[in-house]
Amino acid sequence: MADIISTVEFNYSGELLATGDKGGRVVIFQREQESKNRLLSRGEYNVYSTFQSHEPEFDYLKSLEIEEKINKIRWLPQQNAAHFLLSANDKTIKLWKISERDKRAEGYNLKDEDGRLRDPFRITTLRVPVLMPMDLMVEASPRRIFANAHTYHINSISVNSDYETYLSADDLRINLWHLEITDRSFNIVDIKPANMEELTEVITAAECHPHQCNVFVYSSSKGTIRLCDMRAAALCDRHSKFFEEPEDPSSRSFFSEIISSISDVKFSHSGRYMMTRDYLSVKVWDLNMENRPVETYQVHEYLRSKLCSLYENDCIFDKFECCWNGSDSAIMTGSYNNFFRMFDRNTRRDITLEASRENSKPRAMLKPRKVCTGGKRKKDEISVDSLDFNKKILHTAWHPKENVIAVAATNNLYIFQDKIN
Amino acid sequence: MASIFVVSAERFIPLFPRLACQGVLLGCHPCFRLNMFSKGTKRKFSDGDEEISDESLVGARVASSYSLQRQSLLDMSLIKLQLCHMLVEPNLCRSVLIANTVRQIQEEMTHDGSWHMVAEAFCSAGQSPSERLVATEVLCRSREQDAEPKLFSVISYEGCREEEVVADETLCSVSVSDTVSNVCLAGRIGQCWEKSELSGVERDEEALEDSRLGSGEDEEIDTKDRASTESPKTIGQVFGTFEIKNGSPGPDSALEELFSDVDTSYYDLDTMLTGMQSAPKMGPYDILDSLAPSHSSPSIVSTPNCRSDLNELDHIMEIIVGS
Repeated sequence: MADIISTVEFNYSGELLATGDKGGRVVIFQREQESKNRLLSRGEYNVYSTFQSHEPEFDYLKSLEIEEKINKIRWLPQQNAAHFLLSANDKTIKLWKISERDKRAEGYNLKDEDGRLRDPFRITTLRVPVLMPMDLMVEASPRRIFANAHTYHINSISVNSDYETYLSADDLRINLWHLEITDRSFNIVDIKPANMEELTEVITAAECHPHQCNVFVYSSSKGTIRLCDMRAAALCDRHSKFFEEPEDPSSRSFFSEIISSISDVKFSHSGRYMMTRDYLSVKVWDLNMENRPVETYQVHEYLRSKLCSLYENDCIFDKFECCWNGSDSAIMTGSYNNFFRMFDRNTRRDITLEASRENSKPRAMLKPRKVCTGGKRKKDEISVDSLDFNKKILHTAWHPKENVIAVAATNNLYIFQDKIN
Repeated sequence: MASIFVVSAERFIPLFPRLACQGVLLGCHPCFRLNMFSKGTKRKFSDGDEEISDESLVGARVASSYSLQRQSLLDMSLIKLQLCHMLVEPNLCRSVLIANTVRQIQEEMTHDGSWHMVAEAFCSAGQSPSERLVATEVLCRSREQDAEPKLFSVISYEGCREEEVVADETLCSVSVSDTVSNVCLAGRIGQCWEKSELSGVERDEEALEDSRLGSGEDEEIDTKDRASTESPKTIGQVFGTFEIKNGSPGPDSALEELFSDVDTSYYDLDTMLTGMQSAPKMGPYDILDSLAPSHSSPSIVSTPNCRSDLNELDHIMEIIVGS
């Protein structure tokens, strides 16, 4: 039975798509090569490899379970025939090597075909083993395990542009690792107060800059983003830049802080902008301007009047992710009722689509959806009160080069492609 | 070449990978729809559509409805902090945000002057006031600030003391800085417990009748579903913990009276089966060790079979308890 998908990530070429789920499994999809016969079709994604990345653990010291749910997967750039990815649960990060095997050596001298050792006295001649083709086998093996560095729950991992280091962030600390070294990591941010009773803010997401290996950002539950430069100091508690939008006093409520909490932060591919997701909106920031975002997109503003109910059922704490397309011209994020939203930054147009079986037949085109916010409900519109808050799209991913998107709706994965003319 | 696709969303073609074919909603539970305006449910914040007929009463009614709403938000927040998910470490971000909301409400109520009315009403408990208003600390431990670990403080408060070793500072120990005594907050909590105790007790009894003694069944259920069904179960456990705790006085005494005739052995079993821990007591995995000797390890290990074993344990306990 498929489990709830907890993370989705394309690799650098877009050929592979990895998903992590609540049961600690990773499933990797690979795009089929485009066949010359079927010019009008793009490659489909099929299952390439499945493996159990993390197991549930029990912390005897604290008498608590450690969930095996995969919080984040990040691919490493490909450097040889094998693929590498990092997968993280609440406490441990693992580096996995995914490699193909399509040949097998036959004709060993010292052992039989079924692996049993041959009696050395029986060997009378020597032969050279020959490589024979075999059915493709994809193997995943854990190459590094980075453990015991996080007291709190890991929410982010991010590979640095130097391809040698990566950072991992939990609620209160950010650590820098070297991919080769598992027994120590370097703590670069620590916002834990001396007295835990004074804690009012936590780290919610962190990411390395795509080009400058000394720069990273982290977001907080108070709606702020701090950009840090690792050249400035060993411990980056003091930020280089501080991004915060002044609060609109007219919309202040008891929920203002909660809905301002940033659930995801992503640099643009260009490295010039970054995008943040809070409960009701997505904001694009210019790294050179700290006092306000350059663009703000409302994801589901109609929920603003429902915040109390959403607080009651905990939906207000849902952490939505967001992503850029390859050219940074469009952004995408999820919503409720299996809706997801896309915004074109150039034309300022936006669209709401639904990821559901009933509405998506293979090869059929998606119909735009609309939520009716008041007054008369038009045909095909859905009213706010009918939205299903159990069906939330928290995780989406965009192919780095093409118009292919992956949308995780609870325990279903949808992959949508742009139709070629 | 593909044109700017966002504009022409009609161009999207869904492709279903094999995985989607297996997709069945976990637990086959029906999706619930959040009825924002259903008549039967209690509405916390009216969205401005109260009927106000008499203009002269408008101001007063709006003000009192605002303070009622604020009060119910405070109650809700305190309950949320109290009902941490016990088996796994609670989400620190969520706890921090809720505690900040509580602090905000209390600050506003203090400035309004409405806080002192609450304080007066419940200060008869006769406890010595303290400087700080400790929001969840109060919820999580008894008046005397003893080191006796409570069911909640095993997760939180005790962890705070030995920071690096048992470094599990969840928000149960966050304090809300204020000048109001923590007694008043406790009193407030007492009232809100009393208000909800009837429903809590009923649900708890139901929970026992339904033999939902363990978390084994819940493992199959969607986390969201677990969250929504958690309230009845954990309210029962919460009340249960007041029994397990060793004779603490104060506002809890009202609750103890309520539960004086309840057989505590149920709660002991309940907490063991659901994996809840009191520091000195056995944990579920100790039980499992005796039942399933195959998995016994001294330190942090994988326990992939623990859930199926809990199911088994569930079943056994059902038979023993005879429910």
